[in-house]
Amino acid sequence: MNGELKIALVGNPNSGKSTLFNVLTGLNQKIGNFPGVTVEKKTGYCKLPDQRQAQITDLPGTYSFYPKSKDERIVLDALMDKSASTYPDLIIFVADASNLKRNLLLFSQIADLNIPIIIALNMMDLARQSGIEISVDELALKLGVQVVPISARKQQGIDKLKEAIQNSSSVALQNPSIEVESIAPELIRKIQEELKIDKPYQALQIAHQYQEVGFLSDAEKSRVAELCKEFEFHSQKSQATETIARYNFINDILFDTVKVNTKPGEETTSNRIDRVLTHRVFGFVIFFAILFLIFQAIFSWSEYPMTLIEDLFLWMTDQALRILPPGVFTDLMVDGVLAGLSGVIIFIPQIAILFACISVLEDTGYMSRVTFMMDKIMRKVGLSGKSIVPLIGGFACAVPSIMSARNIESWKDRMITIMVTPLIACSARLPVYTLLISLVVPDEKVWGFINLQGLALMSLYILSIISAIIVAWVMKQIIRSRERGYFIMELPVYRMPRWNNVLLTMYRSVKAFVFEAGKVIIAVSIILWVLSSYGPGNRFEQIESKYSTAIMQQQHDPAEIERLIASEKLENSYAGVLGRSIEPVIKPIGFDWKIGIALITSFAAREVFVGTMATIYSVEADDAHMESVREKMASARNPETGMPVFTVAVAFSLMVFYAFAMQCISTIAVVYRETKSWTWPAIQFAYMTTLAYLASLLVYQLLK
Amino acid sequence: MKLSQLIPGQTGVIKEFTDLEMSVKLMEMGCLPGESIVVERVAPLGDPMAITVSGYQLSLRKKEASTIIMQ
Repeated sequence: MNGELKIALVGNPNSGKSTLFNVLTGLNQKIGNFPGVTVEKKTGYCKLPDQRQAQITDLPGTYSFYPKSKDERIVLDALMDKSASTYPDLIIFVADASNLKRNLLLFSQIADLNIPIIIALNMMDLARQSGIEISVDELALKLGVQVVPISARKQQGIDKLKEAIQNSSSVALQNPSIEVESIAPELIRKIQEELKIDKPYQALQIAHQYQEVGFLSDAEKSRVAELCKEFEFHSQKSQATETIARYNFINDILFDTVKVNTKPGEETTSNRIDRVLTHRVFGFVIFFAILFLIFQAIFSWSEYPMTLIEDLFLWMTDQALRILPPGVFTDLMVDGVLAGLSGVIIFIPQIAILFACISVLEDTGYMSRVTFMMDKIMRKVGLSGKSIVPLIGGFACAVPSIMSARNIESWKDRMITIMVTPLIACSARLPVYTLLISLVVPDEKVWGFINLQGLALMSLYILSIISAIIVAWVMKQIIRSRERGYFIMELPVYRMPRWNNVLLTMYRSVKAFVFEAGKVIIAVSIILWVLSSYGPGNRFEQIESKYSTAIMQQQHDPAEIERLIASEKLENSYAGVLGRSIEPVIKPIGFDWKIGIALITSFAAREVFVGTMATIYSVEADDAHMESVREKMASARNPETGMPVFTVAVAFSLMVFYAFAMQCISTIAVVYRETKSWTWPAIQFAYMTTLAYLASLLVYQLLK
Repeated sequence: MKLSQLIPGQTGVIKEFTDLEMSVKLMEMGCLPGESIVVERVAPLGDPMAITVSGYQLSLRKKEASTIIMQ
């Protein structure tokens, strides 16, 4: 073996595989996606004692080589396709020593492929604690592989593991496990012959999974199909036979190598914790308290760093305006690039905090209990128990929440969660809601204690929850998935979180957002900037010359002139032209072309609506002048009818529109990033806009 | 007797399965005929349930548990 050694980490979920990956590679890792699925592909590099470099890929955790989900299929593809660039030279099988029997099932399957393999026997300390004694040398001898006891959390045995990697042979030397041929003798022989397959188990796997694997040609697939039919191959029966045979083999080995001295009747610590955390009353109380804490964290703790980032960008804008000469380039840098960049950076605190919280929940084992407790309710609407975290996070911001949906194992559940999360009333909708509510809902109390404005706001929040539930239910009926909805899931023992891991998770999620979703956000910000700062023909020059006349200069003070120019320029920009051209479409829902402009500009972020309204009605747009935006909007009249523009019907129609419409480019970008396709963001945009339009139409026509 | 009919604290030994597809997945997770099971708890809303099997805790829905026949 020369050059770079390619290593794949394989193991059960919760075996400490990811921790070992982090320990081996540190910050020297990159995140990509496995082709065709939304699972992160983590690749990292590690120096061996002899200075050779090893490239390590962390494959998704799975309990067996027969995948239950798209994510688990990755393991099959990675280890079966010899021609793939990721095909490993060596497998490190990470096994949980406290749970060796079940872990060895996957090992015995992987060992029957033709790839050299080493066992990293993790969590030895935990095994010892629960009275399990493993004679490592004996185990290594029986399996014919190197077995290295490690503790990934305590970073023990890592040097030994690196030595073992270095000393590994380039050919597979592991002992055969079960007699694979006896499961389907003729079929396996035929497939091996015709497709030139080395090992019987690879041939058997092809018989099972030929329809799913990517590396067979259509001709080969149909030939395998014929053979399976000819020899009456029954996939599930064969799997059952194989699993039983493998467990017999494992039991034989464990009988000689593992001694268990459990003290009967003694309750484990984990069980005692579970009695409180999954209690029918306290369980929910604690869970909602934790949710509330997370919600607080992303909503208010992130405020301070977010203000800092905003101030920093204000300062940078100031500096840029001072240093750079006025002109198109400066405008592009300041209003296009800097504004876009700040729109990306501003999300970092929320993403980092939410991922820190989730990583702690996952690490401790609590997330499995959340799924356990919430499964019954969430399943009814087509979501997973884990969906509750992204949905609650959605009240603060859909962007980090959609990213956090990647913790949901089932592909269908994850897609539905991603699709409905943006319906939840996020914090960017709040300025729009408060402005419009203060405009049309009187600040009065009914029955002495219910504030009408508060009631209106609360209704909008409840509307968002109900709509998310309904849409999720509808999508559950529509989205086809061949995956059968299993819920056979391990409840890992409670453990302390690993702070290293928490930090790495924060770092990885922020990096993924900035470099992948960030590109789209900046690009669209620049497009929006062009749209709103350039107009067709020479309209802009005409506006400038109109206000530079002496009469105008006398009538208005300079600041007012600037506002009037800004307002007229926006009306005559491409965005303004677009706003006017969509007027026939938005008229039935009560919007005029001025609102049309705001709809277009607020694609950057919903709260931009307020700023655009301020520019259009040429008033100052900072917080201190919120009042003046409101007054201007309240006194705005329709030039044809002379009636107020912002009637109750229009304001509610607008609020409902903002409740449903996908008015957020960052969300679109992050959905693209998470699903790696434009199909899902397109579907989401289409359904949300349609829903928004129809709901606004209904509201406007009823209230008009 | 099905596994889903056991209440927390009860133990039993797996005899057989009624659903082939489900049995394949259950066996992979260590639920093999002859293996003994302890029912640890039921989720607050009555479903799913948590069992201890071959030295670890597994949660499964009642519907899935009803495919396991106990001795």
